[in-house]
Amino acid sequence: MDDVATEVMAIIAKKLPVEGQKVQLTDRLEDLGIDSFGAVEMIFDLEEKFDIQISYNSNDARPEFETVGDVVAAIQKIVNGKS
Amino acid sequence: MTHRVVVTGWGVVSSIGHTAASFWSNLVRGVGGIAEATIIPTDLLTHKVVAEVKDFDPRKHFDDRQLAMLDRVSQFAVVAAREAVAHCGLAFDGALSEGTATIIGTGVGGQTTQDENYKRLYRDNAKRLHPLTIPKLMVNAPASQVSMHCGLRGPSFAVASACASATHAIGLAFHMVRSGAVTCAVTGGADACIAFGTMKGWEAMRVTAPDTCRPFSRDRKGLVIGEGAAVVVLETEEHAWQRSADILGEIVGFGMSADAHDLTSPDEGGMARALNGALADARLATSDIQYVNAHGTGTAANDETETRAIKQVFGSHAGKLAVSSNKSMLGHALGAAGGLELVATLMAMQQAVVPPTTNYLGPDPACDLDYVPNEARPLKIDAALSNSFAFGGLNAVLAVKRAS
Repeated sequence: MDDVATEVMAIIAKKLPVEGQKVQLTDRLEDLGIDSFGAVEMIFDLEEKFDIQISYNSNDARPEFETVGDVVAAIQKIVNGKS
Repeated sequence: MTHRVVVTGWGVVSSIGHTAASFWSNLVRGVGGIAEATIIPTDLLTHKVVAEVKDFDPRKHFDDRQLAMLDRVSQFAVVAAREAVAHCGLAFDGALSEGTATIIGTGVGGQTTQDENYKRLYRDNAKRLHPLTIPKLMVNAPASQVSMHCGLRGPSFAVASACASATHAIGLAFHMVRSGAVTCAVTGGADACIAFGTMKGWEAMRVTAPDTCRPFSRDRKGLVIGEGAAVVVLETEEHAWQRSADILGEIVGFGMSADAHDLTSPDEGGMARALNGALADARLATSDIQYVNAHGTGTAANDETETRAIKQVFGSHAGKLAVSSNKSMLGHALGAAGGLELVATLMAMQQAVVPPTTNYLGPDPACDLDYVPNEARPLKIDAALSNSFAFGGLNAVLAVKRAS
């Protein structure tokens, strides 16, 4: 796992209702207890951390953000595209 | 002793008209007020559409001395209040002035003043701000300015419950007139939060639409921020009768609830309790209602949840209701929304026409009521509800009847 993935997963872990809960790439955000506004906060934290812009509207069902792995892949794509 | 409470005046400043008459004429024709913002720069905004009060020239309404004290939100409130007061035909002097409440809802108050002053301070390194900065931006400024401009010396305060502010304000005014605490009330809501800083705040919530507002429609993409004001004059029925006033409609019930659940996600149970509260307060059965003026923000969550709440409360009668959202044309005027929508509901009863839900592309399986899509519809309405459900989980519903 690269640094981006580790940092994304650390940010996701901070949004979980239960502290210290383990996060895996296959976990669904909804199953982890991250609701739509939790997802918006998570995206804000990711944008701030990596200084990137993520297109996200909470009124869309965006399948790429269904699992932790989806988020990691999306951020890796944006971050790698930037450099 | 309780009193029947009637509406005898209304005034509107909106994105589709600066008077009640032009507002209604555009509302029934499905003319929308949503377009790219012109009063703020849009280059740094992800979503650029808003429902602005276009071509509003404050100098037509106020002199320079007055304008120095009025944020845009108070300008809207006073212009709408003046129209409502003129419309009702009352002279608010002497004892009546003291027996009239002024209750004006606003979500956020003087955002333009706040934004401009922060820019001066933080960006331009200004050393001082204008001495009227605080009295312009305070959340009770619209209520205070309406009381001063209209000479109303009875109880006056602001009500702040975000998107339900006007409905809570009118509901409290209704309670005060019904109980006999006051004879009349000048009440409603105003908001003017199309300021750059506030819009960036909305952008961060990720709930605004990039194109337009499509309540209850498939492919809806969120809400569109609007602005404006709507003010009504309430008075006891006896008082209106004694002076042979033109009665525009009757307020018969008010229901309120708090979700005590989530700061931003709507809650079916909280909505349903407010709807049931309004019906019970009005002593109306569900089958007495023909029209529901929905909160209908155009977000995925609100419209689906509001649909479920209406079905929970109305049961099989839900399918017979006409339900429409004015926000398809007005955007979400926040603290003004409930006032604009109450006026629209009263006008719909008076004119026997339901304003449509415009920008409707087709049904969403989760929203399966009759939303009066895209075209106004003639309908005799004896009784109706007007819904407002705010961020923070604060819900308010007014029940109204046609003037008999």
